[in-house]
Amino acid sequence: MTEHNVRNFNINFGPQHPAAHGVLRLVLELDGEIVERVDPHIGLLHRGTEKLIETKTYLQAVPYFDRLDYVAPMNQEHAFALAVEKMLGLEIPIRGQLIRVLYSEIGRILSHLLNVTTQAMDVGALTPPLWGFEEREKLMVFYERACGARMHAAYFRPGGVHQDLPHELVEDIGAWCDQFPSKLDDIDDLLTGNRIFKQRNVDIGVIDINDAWARGFSGVMVRGSGAAWDLRRAQPYECYSELEFDIPIGKNGDCYDRYLIRMIEMRESCKIMKQCVNRLLGDAKTGPFSATDGKVVPPKRGEMKRSMEALIHHFKLYTEGYHVPAGEVYAAVEAPKGEFGVFLVADGTNKPYRCKIRAPGYAHLQAMDFACRGHQLADVSAVLGSFDIVFGEVDR
Amino acid sequence: MTEALSELSAYIREARPSLVEDAVIAYDELTLVTTGANVVELLTFLRDDPRCDFVNFIDACGVDYPARVKRFDVVYHLMSPKQNQRIRVKLETAEDEPVPSVTSIYPGADWAEREAWDMYGILFTGHPDLRRILTDYGFEGHPLRKDFPTTGFVEVRYDDSLKRVVYEPVELRQEFRSFDFLSPWEGPEYVLPGDEKANT
Repeated sequence: MTEHNVRNFNINFGPQHPAAHGVLRLVLELDGEIVERVDPHIGLLHRGTEKLIETKTYLQAVPYFDRLDYVAPMNQEHAFALAVEKMLGLEIPIRGQLIRVLYSEIGRILSHLLNVTTQAMDVGALTPPLWGFEEREKLMVFYERACGARMHAAYFRPGGVHQDLPHELVEDIGAWCDQFPSKLDDIDDLLTGNRIFKQRNVDIGVIDINDAWARGFSGVMVRGSGAAWDLRRAQPYECYSELEFDIPIGKNGDCYDRYLIRMIEMRESCKIMKQCVNRLLGDAKTGPFSATDGKVVPPKRGEMKRSMEALIHHFKLYTEGYHVPAGEVYAAVEAPKGEFGVFLVADGTNKPYRCKIRAPGYAHLQAMDFACRGHQLADVSAVLGSFDIVFGEVDR
Repeated sequence: MTEALSELSAYIREARPSLVEDAVIAYDELTLVTTGANVVELLTFLRDDPRCDFVNFIDACGVDYPARVKRFDVVYHLMSPKQNQRIRVKLETAEDEPVPSVTSIYPGADWAEREAWDMYGILFTGHPDLRRILTDYGFEGHPLRKDFPTTGFVEVRYDDSLKRVVYEPVELRQEFRSFDFLSPWEGPEYVLPGDEKANT
């Protein structure tokens, strides 16, 4: 055989590729089928969220957080609410905390369901997304029944939640929790032992724990590499310290371990939801769902009809908004994709001076080059799928 | 929590007195103030010292204070999973004063520094690939600076005759509305309309 000119190929992956999970453009340098270099080009969904938040009051900034990681909207709002509450020194009553935890866990299941099933689709399976999306649909109805919107919730407000949950809704969520594990078992049966799925995921995208820390990984990405680290346990916020749940960790740090962790986490989330439901129907059946400080939390409609003070508060809160004392805080939550943090700089006025959003996906995507180098071209989509990238939060 | 933080802060100041200008604890968070010249050494110490062990790089970002001589803050957030602590390292820098890159210590700082360059125009020396990251190819300006208008300068549209996307200066149907909701009793420092002659 004669010697041919061997040269590296540069190919574009995306921005309109179904496995790119949105608008990612990867410039891949290939040597045959081996990936030599990955250069992610991001920013195609950049909307200037941080700049916009600087021009809005603290309350008006809340809806921007729904539009970051749009598959688990309330978890983002949670980080912002925690940051503002830290500065204002607000205490959230137990019913409000339970509602927040309940909906954060719904968000976690929403996100993991989407990720696990689309990851399966990236490597060739078509049925799991169809099954998973059925459950997601039911969960989004719970979102809608709580706040009126399926995705853009604006439900976690600094001070608590926007409105109370009706008892029927809590009961329905409890009923959903009872049937969900069997649906998970179905997906489990399809994927976990599947030969093709394992062939595509086991020992692919292995990440060592020290690399994971230094590259700013968090959430499932460090747990997959064997770190028993979860902010809900390590630095508990809300009432997570009172709830019972386990943290699954992986051994090999590959795509398959991360898939397994997500599957177990969904079951754990379901357990947490069940506990919240029991308490919301038990000892926390009544009571306030948000802080009672009238200078931050708007009054109820009924109060406004009778109390002049409430009416003034309402007017002031929806025009001027509340003032936040000058200072800097960083608040983080364990979002489904990892540590979602908000670094807030306040200057004492009614608008944030700077609101830096620390998105977990940003740190993960940056390691694409590190994780894919030396892998086959086909593994790129498997690694990308297991990184759980959503462009709303990466591009902000 | 706060005792542990003040202990940690005292320990760091004692171990590396020349690197830390100031240490503040507020809202249960420790902030170290350093300078651009010392940041690499300080972060290496924070990562490698067994009592600190801040191996997890959380974030780096810029903050703009146009009124200051050195207008930018660069803020690093680190976390130590072993000690279960967080720390913030802050330094001041000017538009024409580059900051040494910390990518050699934390590879995760790569995109964070690119973003700070893109959004604020903060320069980093020793960064392997300091390109723009979030804005468009060929974008001009640094959008998160306080003197950059929220509406921007250019907008894009598809030109059917040229068969490509073209850039044009922003044309607003309605002026960008910036409401001043600050209460006239406590907020503004300007003269209220109708009060021009109040003090004469």
